[in-house]
Amino acid sequence: MKITLLITGIVANCLIVGAGILLAPASVAQNAGSLRPAESFQSIPDTRARSVALFEEAGKVIQHPRCVNCHPATERPLQGMSMHPHQPPVFRGDAGMGLVGMQCNTCHSEQNTPVVGQADTLKSIPGNPAWHLAPIEMAWEGKTLGQICEQLKDPKRNGEKTMAEMVEHMAHDELVGWGWQPGEGREPVPGTQDEFGKLIQAWVDTGAACPSP
Amino acid sequence: MVTFTLNGKERTFDGDPDTPLLWVIRDLEKLTGTKYGCGVAQCGACTVHLDGMPRRSCITPIAMIDGSDVVTIEGISGKEAEAVQTAWAGLDVPQCGYCQSGQIMSAVALLQMLPKPTDDEIDGAMTGNLCRCATYHRIRAAIHNAANSMEG
Repeated sequence: MKITLLITGIVANCLIVGAGILLAPASVAQNAGSLRPAESFQSIPDTRARSVALFEEAGKVIQHPRCVNCHPATERPLQGMSMHPHQPPVFRGDAGMGLVGMQCNTCHSEQNTPVVGQADTLKSIPGNPAWHLAPIEMAWEGKTLGQICEQLKDPKRNGEKTMAEMVEHMAHDELVGWGWQPGEGREPVPGTQDEFGKLIQAWVDTGAACPSP
Repeated sequence: MVTFTLNGKERTFDGDPDTPLLWVIRDLEKLTGTKYGCGVAQCGACTVHLDGMPRRSCITPIAMIDGSDVVTIEGISGKEAEAVQTAWAGLDVPQCGYCQSGQIMSAVALLQMLPKPTDDEIDGAMTGNLCRCATYHRIRAAIHNAANSMEG
């Protein structure tokens, strides 16, 4: 019996240590940063230059790992501020919800959930009712802000959205909004969703000009 | 007060709402077939079925499952479960066995959704269930055997 218990304990420890190796250190919440108000860009007289500047400010959100991690260029989501491949290894699947038998909701729920009884480096599991990957045509990983900008304006690569629908999506979509409420232990994207939505609206209103690719 | 069904029986829990489902299953309900491996959804040893779908119980707060149906390795039943049990015994799949209840819960859920999975589909569904003894080759073969046995 003692031997059985010993072996069970060793195996349990192996599993725990093995899993620990797979876990990257959770990013610790830092200064969330801020966004310049859209109206502050009025000081730029040239409309096109103002439009580009507005999008570059919005790019602080768009290119933040919280957003890009779920806009991967491969079939696998990314994780953390280091943007490492998701562990455990999960893949896009139908509608970006994961593969059969290993869908996102095997672990992610409708809300950020606390992790209890663990090291302080992992505070919570992220979650949202709409938790899923962006379609592959909306991949942002590895792209410049200029390339993402052109992508956002292309109906074939933006979910066939009009620019008005794009503004609405950025300003009010609940999963987009998760970026500002990513759960304990995760750095939120800069500013607020309201400020971000106003930047996108002002960018569209000024002609939706893009930075150089 | 959280009310849920555990292996067909109604249960209630009136403690800290953040308590992981795994702790309730093991420590309060004394159903120790479901294992604690990593505690952070990285190994799959704690897999149960929540409303028919595989779910990592170690990171599932009990408050989240109010009104839900939970099935553990002790309560799993049906043709897929029987086929998996037979196939697992036939190939002598486990080595140490610690991860196997999680493996079996994931395998049964897969077969309920995909009765004849390919190698890639098996790999995709089982990728979150670690086995330190590396019995993966027997797990995959046993799932194929279980699927084949259900065809006849």
